[in-house]
Amino acid sequence: MQYVWDFRPVWLNFGVLLEGLVNTLKLSGFSIGLGLVIGLVLAMGRLAPTRFLSIPATAIIEFYRNTPPLVHFFWYFYGLPILTGISLTPFAAAAAALSVQSGAFFAEVFRGGIVSVERGQWEAGRAIGMGHAQLMRRVILPQAFRRMIPPLMERSFELVKTTSLAATLTYGELVYKAMVLATQTYRPMEIYSTVAVMFFTVLFLASLGMRAVEHRLARRAAR
Amino acid sequence: MNYSFQFGEILANGDLLLRGLKLTVLLFVLAFSGALVCGLFIGVARGSSRRVPNLIATAYIELFRNTPVLVQLIWFYYALPALSGWQPTAFTAAALGLFLNTSAYCAEIWRAGLQSLPAGQWEAGRAIGMSEWQLLRRVVVPQALARMVPAFTNRGVELAKMTSIASTITVQELMYEAKMLSTQTFLPLETFTVVAVIYFVLIYPGTLAAYALERRLNSKGA
Amino acid sequence: MANVLPADVLPADATPVLAVEGLRKSFGTNEVLKGIDLKVGAGERIAILGSSGSGKSTFLRCINFMETPSAGRIALDGTPIGTEGRNGALTAKSGELRRLRTRVGMIFQQFNLFPHMSVLENVMEGPVTVKGLPKAEARAKAQDYLKRVGLAEKADQYPQRLSGGQQQRVAIARALAMEPEILLFDEPTSSLDPELVGEVLDVILGLSREGRTMLLVTHELGFAYHFATRVLFLHEGRIHEQGTPDEVLKNPREERTQAFLHRFSAFHF
Ligand SMILES: Nc1ncnc2c1ncn2[C@@H]1O[C@H](COP(=O)(O)OP(=O)(O)OP(=O)(O)O)[C@@H](O)[C@H]1O
Ligand SMILES: [Mg+2]
Repeated sequence: MQYVWDFRPVWLNFGVLLEGLVNTLKLSGFSIGLGLVIGLVLAMGRLAPTRFLSIPATAIIEFYRNTPPLVHFFWYFYGLPILTGISLTPFAAAAAALSVQSGAFFAEVFRGGIVSVERGQWEAGRAIGMGHAQLMRRVILPQAFRRMIPPLMERSFELVKTTSLAATLTYGELVYKAMVLATQTYRPMEIYSTVAVMFFTVLFLASLGMRAVEHRLARRAAR
Repeated sequence: MNYSFQFGEILANGDLLLRGLKLTVLLFVLAFSGALVCGLFIGVARGSSRRVPNLIATAYIELFRNTPVLVQLIWFYYALPALSGWQPTAFTAAALGLFLNTSAYCAEIWRAGLQSLPAGQWEAGRAIGMSEWQLLRRVVVPQALARMVPAFTNRGVELAKMTSIASTITVQELMYEAKMLSTQTFLPLETFTVVAVIYFVLIYPGTLAAYALERRLNSKGA
Repeated sequence: MANVLPADVLPADATPVLAVEGLRKSFGTNEVLKGIDLKVGAGERIAILGSSGSGKSTFLRCINFMETPSAGRIALDGTPIGTEGRNGALTAKSGELRRLRTRVGMIFQQFNLFPHMSVLENVMEGPVTVKGLPKAEARAKAQDYLKRVGLAEKADQYPQRLSGGQQQRVAIARALAMEPEILLFDEPTSSLDPELVGEVLDVILGLSREGRTMLLVTHELGFAYHFATRVLFLHEGRIHEQGTPDEVLKNPREERTQAFLHRFSAFHF
């Protein structure tokens, strides 16, 4: 049996797919931004000197890192409204699930970067009388930041791929648009192949960009 | 916030979830064991200085790492019957997709592990006439494996989470059964909470093991 | 040119154990070996001298095809190794390569013992996996060779626990266990603490009394003098001068050789 490819339905509906891609990027951008904030808060909590902060922060981080994102998507979309009485749009539920889930991963990147700053730096800061927050802001974070950039970007690419799960909540991102088109045109192969290429193009270009940034960082560090 | 939780009804349907869980575990075991082995071959090709194998392996790895698993699973679900004429079950398509995806990631771990070995070890093996496969089996893999175990464990954790995506192509694993249960009982909050906890209990030991292995490795290196 | 072939060393009709003709090797555009000719008779011991970067290691490594020669011919017992490819480079199939390497042993500057195997297992590894010897036989043989290098009592230790000198002696036993016709040593004592050099050189001298064919790269001129039947001085990828130890080391004819030896003013035989 020889499959006959027919990409015409794809070209005719390419605008729909592009719209999906824009929504994918919208969801990604929003979740990365919020996720970074959540991640920073969680990391600070985990590293805080008091257990009242470090234990809950650690629990949230570990829980979200060790459970499937899909479960969180469903939990936020179908479960959370029951608890709060506020129902979320598919976009809001997906963004919330993604932000918290990625926040847990971002937090570990932040923590890793912070912990990697040499002990002497902490001691030097304390020796001149800096408090914990001051020390973080003025001494540690500026040094740790550079090392965090590559893993943060890597994690963000993971997030972009995970946005595809928002299709299960009927949010109109790229995969959802593809599902709709596939049932309309009966050309799932062509449509999903195109979608794969679209994701690949975006992510591959982004990772090439990341390598360039890494390269620049390494060169600057070497100087 | 005065919602009264009804976990009882969910737990009463435990057998349903358990049935799904079995399939989740089966998916994991099939995909992971296959990927560990297949990853070695792709990883060797990726690390090879020969152009053609290197190019194929690189393309394979980049393709799988730069597209969402969901798209990969759906694609296999439709592509296998269309291209080969063979109609796999949803389970087979999912297992195959997860296996191929995880192989790509395992290949990178293998490559890094193989390259971490000093060149002198390869040379010593070649100098006594070992073939490349003998070298891999007897010299390289035994030494590199210890260093790679934490990375493989992390990969296993990622795969375990990924199995849930098989539910979207109607594989009746844990996540699928959870969706069914939540609509039957009208208790999505309880259902997805319980299911999240089940996944956590299943997966967290893996993460803890990776932490412990990494610590042991670091202290050994110091 | 002083490139005299020592026809007097070989009986006229004897096939050399190793014959190298017009050997060239380039890394990219950098030609490291620029045409080397060498015939080695059975039982000859050849010391190779030369300054850093002159191509000594590359030469040894071409002999057992750890590096593939870019041009030229290499023959063992009269049988050429590999076939000439399109661009003149030699290529050998993997089976031929493995057979070659069981016939030509190599000892490295960095020992390169297998750290996950005991000393005995290191020595057994080649005979068992490459030659397919039964384990018991390989073990007995390995124990023999360990005794020969004076390390019988270390058989069950792991390499990390041994001193550098002991590790290098195990590496020699590992090469011997393959029962090769030729042994190649690439600066076997260069990464050893001075007080450990002697024990390794003693083992190598012991081998020379057995009449083994050996090629050895070294910076230990005193040792080279006692060890070698012939000394080669390599310069910029060519054999610049060769002859008996007395000729090359005591009365070098070439200016370069003299300059090289002069740098080792502190050496005495
Ligand atoms: N794998 C390689 N790739 C590229 N260049 C190489 C390689 N191996 C050796 N070379 C180059 O070939 C030249 C000769 O190297 P070789 O190791 O043979 O010198 P040597 O005489 O053994 O020096 P030393 O006394 O320092 O060991 C050097 O310029 C080196 O940089
Ligand atoms: Mg050298």
